[in-house]
Amino acid sequence: MKRTWRGALAVVALAAAASLATSGNALAQANEQFFPVLVYRTGAYAPNGVPWANGYVDYLKLVNARDGGINGVKITFEECETGYATDRGVECYERLKAKGPSGATTFQPLSTGITFALTDKSFTDHIPLITAGYGRADSVDGSVFGWNFPIGGTYWDAADILVQHVGKKLGGMDKLKGKKIALVYHDSPYGKEPIALLQERAKLNGFELILLPVTHPGVEQKATWLQIRQQRPDFVFLWGWGVMNSTAIKEAVATGYPRDKMYGVWWSGAEPDVLPAGDGAKGYNALVFLAPAGKGQVHNDIVKYVYDKGQGTGKKEDIGEVLYNRGMVSAMFGVEAVRKAQEKFGKKPLTGEQVRWGLEHLDITPDMIKKLGMAGFMEPIKTSCDNHEGAHAAMVETWDGKKWNVVPNSRYESDLKIIDPMIRSSAKKYAEEKKLPTRDCAKEDGA
Amino acid sequence: MFFRENGQFKSTYRADMQLLPIAQDRYFVLALVAFAFFAVPLLVSDYLYLSIINPFLILTLAAIGLNLLVGYCGQISIGHAAFMAWGAYAAYNLVQRVPMLNFLVVLVLAGLVAALVGMFFGIPSLRIKGLYLAVATLAAQFFTDWIFARVKWFTNYSSSGSVSTAPVQIFGWTIGTPRDKYLFVLGVVIVFTLVARNLVRGHLGRAWMATRDMDVAAEVIGIRPVYAKLTAFGVSSFYCGVAGALWGFFHLGSWEPLAFNLNLSFDLLFMIIIGGMGSILGSYLGAAFIVALPIALNQIPEKLGVPLSTAMASNVEFMIFGSLIVLFLVLEPHGLARLWAIGKEKLRLWPFPH
Repeated sequence: MKRTWRGALAVVALAAAASLATSGNALAQANEQFFPVLVYRTGAYAPNGVPWANGYVDYLKLVNARDGGINGVKITFEECETGYATDRGVECYERLKAKGPSGATTFQPLSTGITFALTDKSFTDHIPLITAGYGRADSVDGSVFGWNFPIGGTYWDAADILVQHVGKKLGGMDKLKGKKIALVYHDSPYGKEPIALLQERAKLNGFELILLPVTHPGVEQKATWLQIRQQRPDFVFLWGWGVMNSTAIKEAVATGYPRDKMYGVWWSGAEPDVLPAGDGAKGYNALVFLAPAGKGQVHNDIVKYVYDKGQGTGKKEDIGEVLYNRGMVSAMFGVEAVRKAQEKFGKKPLTGEQVRWGLEHLDITPDMIKKLGMAGFMEPIKTSCDNHEGAHAAMVETWDGKKWNVVPNSRYESDLKIIDPMIRSSAKKYAEEKKLPTRDCAKEDGA
Repeated sequence: MFFRENGQFKSTYRADMQLLPIAQDRYFVLALVAFAFFAVPLLVSDYLYLSIINPFLILTLAAIGLNLLVGYCGQISIGHAAFMAWGAYAAYNLVQRVPMLNFLVVLVLAGLVAALVGMFFGIPSLRIKGLYLAVATLAAQFFTDWIFARVKWFTNYSSSGSVSTAPVQIFGWTIGTPRDKYLFVLGVVIVFTLVARNLVRGHLGRAWMATRDMDVAAEVIGIRPVYAKLTAFGVSSFYCGVAGALWGFFHLGSWEPLAFNLNLSFDLLFMIIIGGMGSILGSYLGAAFIVALPIALNQIPEKLGVPLSTAMASNVEFMIFGSLIVLFLVLEPHGLARLWAIGKEKLRLWPFPH
């Protein structure tokens, strides 16, 4: 017995020593751009985390295999498992931030909770955070949030667009008066983000907002749907993630709530969300902001250069899923930001600070989208210091039981008249709370 | 051989009653503290500070707090992350609303707020015991989760319910870098460890232990259970409150109510069970085990050059971590601190065991 525990102790001690002794001593290799990849391939959110991560990594592999890197600078990357937990996400960040010859390029945590925590660190570490379609809505304001880039849309845009869509469906925004809209949300910063805007909209358009929080991980929603049964809202907005989405749809079936009156945010509108609910999911709607499902030129390239060479990250038949495409487009933002920044700083490994310049000067035109092979998968993006978002449009799609179909004429732009003042005042409050210095964007954008 | 107190004669009561009566122990601990203050800052990278050492120290403080209650007073609580939350939100609100307060004062006030809440949730312990009490303390956890998620005042009306903090300044020292945070947290933890050591051997600690061992007997010899149990809850929550404030300000920086959920309560409980109940040292060992081991396990395959996928590596981490917990509990149910004590005992006799 004595031997056993001594042996065990020795193993543990050795293991701990081995792993702690070497950290952060990145090899100084030339001409490589390091992309940290925060993923969650395990845990309650894995069904959604895996396709996103596969798309992200596949795109990086594609750029290396097809173009030999970004203008000759090879991409290196390393995955780190966060499990969607904030503390592990921060640990991963600290583990990866100094790797590569010039440090981490940009972090994309795919978690609003981790984004909140990393935002804090970005002010001292100067590594940009790309949070395409998630994160803080007020981080559009680059004068305060110097390092956050919610490219393509925020939750305030999403909520605004959903209200516009149901308003249009009713035959005009004035018809919303007296209606009831229930928000079924993940009880975390992610789910709470849209509330501020919906309350503003409720005041403006005169509908009643019912807030129904669902606690992590969201498999228990009986009480929530009982309330929906009692209050009979005219529409249900779903702000879920992972198993919470499919559970909500199943509960809606059980409660008999019509699925065609349910609208999910863009994180509640992928294949893993509807497939478990089977036929019951038919008619369910969700937003799509960057990449809808489907395949284009870039997917062919990925198959040709990555999968056919046996380098694929996931399964070949999963290419082109909603979340896969979103991961791919997210990776593309990072790559294009580096490419843009290389115009100014030279074709060499770039630091986070230099990459930020690229991110603030992104101008992805329709021509460029075509060249990237992503025609039909994204909106043109144009960012600046003052506007870290670049685009604020989305479409609505419906699940027909087999695939997602975009609803015709459903492209909306969020109403900046409502959102912009909210962003500015929220960002200002944040800066005051944190005693942060702000940048003068008028000067930076002019220069 | 090395560890024999032969020749160390105590000629005064004072000398006999000091915290570490054996000279070797004393020198070892002093050397360790000196090492922590002077050598660690020269050796350690930012990653180690932020991911392992700082969380380890802060959770040690919380584990000591929980140990005072569970290990010394015998009252089980599975809601102690709630008191950390009270400490963290109290500190956040004090810093936001009364900005002229020194952070040290804020820490103490945060602890006091947590202590009050802790004593309130300790009231059921006067009537119920054991597992029933454990379930009652769950109420503290769920009530706290609920109140910080729903009452907007506590989070200063932040739209997402997440709060964030500015770097702390004390007497003109801005505690911003990982090393500064480490030194500050280390100082706080050492002070509170000393206080805890003294508390448990004083009349309060004796009252707690008497209550733990047999509450009827304790009552017969004149210990008031109300007093013993509520002070245990109060002091224990005070420690957790301070730890919570440190966790929020020096480790997380910004947090949501989810940061102090039931999982953290369980982690704290595991720390003291694995580390050793009724032992201050056990709190340290347990916290180290729970904080550092998963992260180390997660990195081992990569460091050894074993090509494991990310998902596989983290599943392996869970499996090994779980089996190590079982292994330690089977081999030494009294925890790591007991292993250490056995080791010391053996050293004393070495090289001539019976």
